[in-house]
Amino acid sequence: MSNIITDETIEYVSILAKLDLSEEEREQAKKDMGSMLDYIDKLNELNTQGVEPMSHIFPVNNVFREDVLENGDDRDNLLSNAPQKKDGCYKVPKTVE
Amino acid sequence: MKQYEMVIGLEVHVELATKTKIFCSCTTQFGGSPNTHTCPVCTGMPGSLPVLNKQVVEYAMAVGIATNCDITRYSKFDRKNYFYPDNPQNYQISQLYLPICRNGYVEIETQSGTKKIGIHEIHMEEDAGKLIHDEWEDCTLVDYNRSGVPLIEIVSEPDLRSAQEVITYLEKLRLLIQYLGASDCKLNEGSMRADVNLSIRPVGAQEYGTRTEMKNLNSFKAISRAIEAEKLRQIELIEEGKTVIQETRRWDDNKEYSYAMRSKEDAQDYRYFPDPDLAPVVVTQEWVDSILNRQPEFRDAKIKRYIEDFKIPEYDAQIITSSKHLADIFEETVELSGQPKEASNWIMVETMHILKVREMEPEKVSFSPSNLAKLIKLIESGKINRTVAKEVFEVIFDKDMDPEKYVEENGLIMESDEGALKEIIQKIVDANPKSVEDFHGGKEKALGFLVGQAMKETKGKANPALINKILKEILMH
Repeated sequence: MSNIITDETIEYVSILAKLDLSEEEREQAKKDMGSMLDYIDKLNELNTQGVEPMSHIFPVNNVFREDVLENGDDRDNLLSNAPQKKDGCYKVPKTVE
Repeated sequence: MKQYEMVIGLEVHVELATKTKIFCSCTTQFGGSPNTHTCPVCTGMPGSLPVLNKQVVEYAMAVGIATNCDITRYSKFDRKNYFYPDNPQNYQISQLYLPICRNGYVEIETQSGTKKIGIHEIHMEEDAGKLIHDEWEDCTLVDYNRSGVPLIEIVSEPDLRSAQEVITYLEKLRLLIQYLGASDCKLNEGSMRADVNLSIRPVGAQEYGTRTEMKNLNSFKAISRAIEAEKLRQIELIEEGKTVIQETRRWDDNKEYSYAMRSKEDAQDYRYFPDPDLAPVVVTQEWVDSILNRQPEFRDAKIKRYIEDFKIPEYDAQIITSSKHLADIFEETVELSGQPKEASNWIMVETMHILKVREMEPEKVSFSPSNLAKLIKLIESGKINRTVAKEVFEVIFDKDMDPEKYVEENGLIMESDEGALKEIIQKIVDANPKSVEDFHGGKEKALGFLVGQAMKETKGKANPALINKILKEILMH
């Protein structure tokens, strides 16, 4: 493995991903991430000169819908997926901006 | 103290006036009970598939064309990743790499002449949900009705140098977009939101200082105040030998003070990547042309036409066109009445007066042009005098009532029957010998009194010229 992931990097990524990792998990994550980057390095060996960056895997574009109202009130059905709800809203832990 | 100048760039979010959301067929209607305007797509359910609303692309292109942008021929959507409950997908669908419009400008009038403000880009994205803090349970409630409402974000170049320029630029954008019908652009309701990026530097310096971003600006006045306050705050920091920290600040307009919004642990790293759920948008020249052909007549062109074709003063033309809605009412009234000068007067004087007294927005004017045109014709044909017309206008303004019906039902048709008027005036003359005597004694005022009595007797609907004529005839005999 040529890519070494530092403790700082794994700390930063876990903050971004909102993950609280144990010591054991951290070490495993460092290893996994290193091998992912090794794989990217492998791809980088390819000569991509003159190749446009790909933004979509299917050869389709302009998939549109017309601006027509079709959906009605489906609140009860949707809220049935929520672990917690109140007053027609999704209830989540207190969030302060 | 050194002289400093501000360098300001704006990020303006505009909610588009589509009927449905950007990626699903839910209504965009404002308000509504929480979560009644949602579906699996805009609540981020696993497996749901967003499909782009074509009208969003067309509005974005129309705004881009109106602001002299290049329309990107191959444009796509990216995911902006962040964890916050206002966004159920944990990413916002936006455009980072290939936004729909780039490299435009708008021209604004400043004290030192016309100035070009560059538009860096315009991109399409989705709005987030609303968080409501629940005091009772100390938790947060989420309403996703606004989640997925289409937005365009108009990013300017850092070309603005004062609060006044910022306001002028925003007014210009707002009018352009209102004329396009792409949004109602109400700052207080959040359908237009401006974030201000501001830094300062000594006058004459070439390099930029460190900038801050100011959010939560809900009115033009708040924007002005926030800009002035932030300028002073940054000058003080630099004068004290401290440094400006690049951060996002939230403006509190009641306290006229801003504070840093995000703590340091909250990393600002959005890890954008192309959204695999959405196909790229390819814009052909034909499509651009068809949008171009549908562009409306904008304000500057209207002002010119009003002056040339309708012969109304430039000042009047500016006021009328300051609202697309008023301009529409004016033009239709002219069309129906054939009297541009009269139509302009009713809007400039009476309508503006009522709006001012009642502190109303021009957009709230709800009378139909056909009723104003009828009123103008009633005056023209001599059926009512101007005093009565003003009274009738208020009824039209309030209830959009047919003025012909109203004057008929209320007996307001001008009394131009000479015989009938003569009888009334004779009675008044007989009942006021003192005034008649004064008049003959050379007191002109006495005549005014008698005219007033006649108007009162006819409840203001007599033809004033006719009263004068008859009165003089009676008195001279």
